[in-house]
Amino acid sequence: MLIIPCPWCGERDESEFSYGGPARPLPSLDADAAAWRRALYSCDNPMGWREELWFHGFGCRQWVVVRRHTVSQKIVDGRPPENPS
Amino acid sequence: MAHYSFLHLTAAALGLGPRSGPVFGGAVPRRRYDVAIIGGGGHGLATAHYLAREHGVSDIVVIEKGWLGGGNTGRNTTIVRADYLLPGNLEFFGHALSMWPDLSRDLNFNVMFSPRGYLDLAHSDAQLDLFIRRANMLSLKGIQARIVDPQTLRDLEPALDIGPKPPVPVLGGLVQAGAGTARHDAVAWGYARSAHRQGVDIVQNCEVTGLKLEHEHIVGVETSRGMIETDTVVVSVAGHSSRLAAMAGIDLPIETYAVQAFVSEPLKPVLNRVTNMNIGLAYVSQTDKGEIVMGGSLEPLASYAQRGSVVRIGETASRLVHLLPFLSRVRLMRAWGGIADVTADGSAIVGPTPVGGLYLNAGWGYSGFKATPAAGWCLAHTVATGEVHPLIRPLGLERFTTGALLDEGGAGPYTWLH
Ligand SMILES: Cc1cc2nc3c(=O)[nH]c(=O)nc-3n(C[C@H](O)[C@H](O)[C@H](O)COP(=O)(O)OP(=O)(O)OC[C@H]3O[C@@H](n4cnc5c(N)ncnc54)[C@H](O)[C@@H]3O)c2cc1C
Ligand SMILES: [Zn+2]
Repeated sequence: MLIIPCPWCGERDESEFSYGGPARPLPSLDADAAAWRRALYSCDNPMGWREELWFHGFGCRQWVVVRRHTVSQKIVDGRPPENPS
Repeated sequence: MAHYSFLHLTAAALGLGPRSGPVFGGAVPRRRYDVAIIGGGGHGLATAHYLAREHGVSDIVVIEKGWLGGGNTGRNTTIVRADYLLPGNLEFFGHALSMWPDLSRDLNFNVMFSPRGYLDLAHSDAQLDLFIRRANMLSLKGIQARIVDPQTLRDLEPALDIGPKPPVPVLGGLVQAGAGTARHDAVAWGYARSAHRQGVDIVQNCEVTGLKLEHEHIVGVETSRGMIETDTVVVSVAGHSSRLAAMAGIDLPIETYAVQAFVSEPLKPVLNRVTNMNIGLAYVSQTDKGEIVMGGSLEPLASYAQRGSVVRIGETASRLVHLLPFLSRVRLMRAWGGIADVTADGSAIVGPTPVGGLYLNAGWGYSGFKATPAAGWCLAHTVATGEVHPLIRPLGLERFTTGALLDEGGAGPYTWLH
């Protein structure tokens, strides 16, 4: 079981959250096709730290952004997202 | 190197003739090769074998960072089937299945292909409708598949608890007779032995750390054992595909996820076919030794750790206990994980890349073992002739620009939903 630091509730069990995928900024609506292709299909897929979104559904019901390590599965730096999704 | 035969076996058993030594030793990489294949899993080794045998290209090195078949090839649940829906995947996997029955003879190595049949269970009207549609699509392409009702299912698989008051509803199933299992590490060894016999160098414990380009064309491979010059590179590294592609400046629509499998103590024969349950995914088969092999869906988080959470093993096991109640009293012996390369539409990416001389074989996720012979066959053709084999044309990387996606699951551009 992973422990996720929620900026509002503190450290909580993974089972209270649902996974929202990597934090991917969307391009502006008038961006060109290549930018949209990147936004839709590209994946950073790092072997190491990456930012991702989790939804604290069985807690404060807020989206949170965390950094997770894709090998050790350590999760740190819980913070509110910049643009609430 | 000895040709394996009944005579060879008998002589060895009687202590006549030379004893079998190691099949190949640790090759030291030379400075230059015509083709470098990165990844000594089934796919990379099959590509080497068919390049040498079908196309006369044998100045090849296969570079493996660990040991042969130590990646997903030796970690999968060994299921070989061809029950796809979409044109493109249909033809490719149909052909893939047709290559298995002759593989042992072809390689002079017993890969223990066992066409015991595959059974996919439908638990709702919607699922049954989808399976009927899939069986029709398969039949139109001449690929074997039929729909069976619960009564027939009871006869086919008496161990399944499907009536009269089953714990989970079972409305019918799709049966593919020629599908089954094969011994996964034998597939890697068989291809490796055959490729080696044809002059291919196989280098283990050698990690590729960089790709060298000049004017958008491959010129070499940097490894932990020095630089290797070559103008043709095939990348066949499953969960590490994004990292290798990034070395050539290519950004792939792939994320890496762990998938787990686990196995019980040996039991007497109880399960005939490979059986797939679709209330949440769980698949199960019985090995020749009697162990029950079980697997489920991807771990939900992108991960490069070759292990997963025990929570998911519990989820998969608890689904299967509804179908096979005796499992609740059976002990698990081992669980393990592999890292699967999952694309943004759930289908594989095979063929050339925007970098000259660089070919990619990736995105097989947790269903590419069955594709091993066909992927190697088609990629060898593509590399040797410069023309993309017709069967892998729909699997090109460019589909993520043109929009001609192969989204079998209809899940949209989210890797973790495939
Ligand atoms: C638990 C599990 C169950 C599965 N079940 C099934 C199933 O039932 N049926 C099915 O069809 N498929 C299944 N699959 C998927 C299947 O195993 C894979 O799609 C297939 O084996 C991939 O073969 P490969 O040769 O491409 O990759 P691999 O066998 O993973 O080989 C890639 C190799 O590349 C090497 N490598 C990586 N990076 C480098 C580097 N930098 N330098 C040198 N070498 C490198 C790795 O060490 C590895 O040996 C399953 C997968 C898993 C994990
Ligand atoms: Zn919270």
